[in-house]
Amino acid sequence: MSTKHMPPNDDTQHVAASGSHPHAAMPLALAVISHSRRWSPGLVWLIPLLAALIGGYLAVQAILARGPTIHITFHSAEGLEAGKTRIKYKDVEIGEVIAVSISPDNKTIEATAELSKEAERFLARDSRFWVVRPRIAGGSVSGLGTLLSGAYIGMDAGKSHEMSQHFTGLDVPPIITGDLPGRQYILKASELGSLDIGAPVYFRRVPVGQVTAYKLDKTGRGVDITVFINAPYDQFVTPDSRFWHASGVDLSISANGLKVNTQSLSAIMLGGVAFETPFQTEKNGQAEAARIFTLSNTREQAMQTPDHEALPLQLKFQQSVRGLVLGAPVDFRGISIGEVSNIAMEYDAPRKDFNMVVTIQIYPSRLLSMSSNLDETRLHQLKLDKMVEHGLRAQLRSGSLITGQLYVALDFFRDAGKAQLGHAKEMDVLPTIPGDLEEMQGVLQRIARKLDKVPFDSIGQGLDTSLKELNATLHTVQQLGGHLDGKVLPQTLETLQQLQHTLDAASQTLQADSPLQQDVRQAAQEVTETARSFRSLSDYLERHPEALIRGKQGDQP
Amino acid sequence: MPNGLLSTAARQGLWLCHGCSLLCRLPQAEGQWRCPRCGAPLHRRKPHSLQFSWAFLLAAIISYIPANLLPIMRTEMLSGTQQDTILSGVVYLWKSGSWPLALVVFIASVLVPLLKILSMLFLLLTVHLRSRWAPWQRTRLYRVLEVVGPWSMLDIYVVGLLVALVRLQSLANIKAGPGAIAFGAVVVLTMLSAMKFDPRLIWDALEDDNEYKTHATK
Repeated sequence: MSTKHMPPNDDTQHVAASGSHPHAAMPLALAVISHSRRWSPGLVWLIPLLAALIGGYLAVQAILARGPTIHITFHSAEGLEAGKTRIKYKDVEIGEVIAVSISPDNKTIEATAELSKEAERFLARDSRFWVVRPRIAGGSVSGLGTLLSGAYIGMDAGKSHEMSQHFTGLDVPPIITGDLPGRQYILKASELGSLDIGAPVYFRRVPVGQVTAYKLDKTGRGVDITVFINAPYDQFVTPDSRFWHASGVDLSISANGLKVNTQSLSAIMLGGVAFETPFQTEKNGQAEAARIFTLSNTREQAMQTPDHEALPLQLKFQQSVRGLVLGAPVDFRGISIGEVSNIAMEYDAPRKDFNMVVTIQIYPSRLLSMSSNLDETRLHQLKLDKMVEHGLRAQLRSGSLITGQLYVALDFFRDAGKAQLGHAKEMDVLPTIPGDLEEMQGVLQRIARKLDKVPFDSIGQGLDTSLKELNATLHTVQQLGGHLDGKVLPQTLETLQQLQHTLDAASQTLQADSPLQQDVRQAAQEVTETARSFRSLSDYLERHPEALIRGKQGDQP
Repeated sequence: MPNGLLSTAARQGLWLCHGCSLLCRLPQAEGQWRCPRCGAPLHRRKPHSLQFSWAFLLAAIISYIPANLLPIMRTEMLSGTQQDTILSGVVYLWKSGSWPLALVVFIASVLVPLLKILSMLFLLLTVHLRSRWAPWQRTRLYRVLEVVGPWSMLDIYVVGLLVALVRLQSLANIKAGPGAIAFGAVVVLTMLSAMKFDPRLIWDALEDDNEYKTHATK
């Protein structure tokens, strides 16, 4: 290269040397021919082509990434802002609210949201949307992050195959998202108690689930509580599991002393549900989802044999039911098998009197558990009338003499009069017999009636005359007494004095130093000596019987 | 102006070296020439001026669309992520009351590139059509274009500054969006287009003789 440039350099030196001349005469440098090859200028069009390609790619991508537009209705637009509020699924942003408007009927608001392309598959008909705001419920605080960032719309993908673009937003975030493993069960309770959505479910005091929803049942007579048991624990729910309110403090006093039974502190404060499966349960295996259980008030109640079916019975009493309250137990030989559900009155035309109509619910299963191989339904119809034939009767009995509380007792009364199972208003009418007190009353009445027949008047009159005669007799006795007093007594006294004298004389005679005594003693001594000499004689004679003939031999050998 | 009567260097076969400003005489009109002093290639007009200018301008026009549609800045704050295009930023500034600033941004980032593109389009078209209309004003327009060009980079400058400054990790973070690249491309491409444009072409149309016409448009 350097050699190529040499000649021009010489030229310029030459030009510079002659530079002092006027401009018209100035010689000009001659251009040199160039042989260097240059790249084609057409290549510059690659730049707009590249720009077009990139732009086109971006445009295509933008069009492809454009997802569906959905409409969600909410009760309130609190926290929702067009262009700012995001829609998140598992905290991943999948869309944005682009408009918030009031629905045509002015009752709700409608949020229009644009979702990303991949969110399309989440739009099942049963997908749920809710606004995530800071919330304190069920002992837990949630959505604190939204204090700073503002609310966003949470989403839970549904499982339905049907797609939709119109949704109704939830007021409260769902406790359980659709993909959480576990099972849902329904508990039937008489009342909600202190339970709330989010209240824990305990199994052996381990929190294993939550209350997810509650609603009044269709008849309005109970509450259906939906609970969700998380996955590893739902295997412990068997068809025979028992659920009860774990909200309260269970205080019992027994022979063993005071016993306080509680669940965890949070359960006391917020309420909760506990469940357990009786140890000797026969039905093993997991309970299928959405099975219906009964929610009892206490553990004791729950662990009793469950009452699968309540059998209503009607009882007609002809006595006062004062002291009988709703819920009073129905007792069969000491075991509660039901309760009183209604007390009413009806006019009994033939008798021209009122009947007290008491409706009771009895739980045949409680009887079943005692007689194991009885079929429920058969017990319901067949057995009951047989039992009535055998003397099954209802009776009102006094539970407490102090409070006067009554309860209904069912029992067999062999000596009861013949009766049959009646029917009224789709209910069996069980014959009754009068209660204990009533019976006693009847007995007393009968006694009184008999007493009434006794002729107390004539008895009284007879008694009166008798008494008079008795009086006269007594009077005579008195006179006799007076007579005795005047005449008999002095003579008696005299006789007694003479007796005294005789006795004194006898006493003197028998004294120790009396001559009679000494005589007697001497005589006795003499008799003794006589006896002794007689004994020695008899001894001698025994040894020498010949002495009787020869006489005493003296000292001869 | 009686242009046709004026003597120009080109007409006398004299070219100026763009490298060292040496005035050179061409031995003949045809062929490629180099400066005898510095060796730089000699040309009567900027080489392929119109072709290059057109290419850059077209690329700028294409880039102008994503530059305005795509977010130029992505702000991540505790309160969530926000993406702003140039226009949404202007609207935000206008709504929040600082309309002088909105005006500045609007002029610097939207109006100026647009006017630049339109002006270049106008200049190129008139040169192409060998228009003789208002050459003096057109030359002036070109001078304004060259001066104003870099000012459009204001937006890119602000975004670049914010991206570098605001890095509070979880609290706040600013990232340049894809629109920023497109916008930068628009500014650079329009500047290149203006640079490649030879204003002398405006006056060429006024010259009667077509002696060097082939060179001019080459």
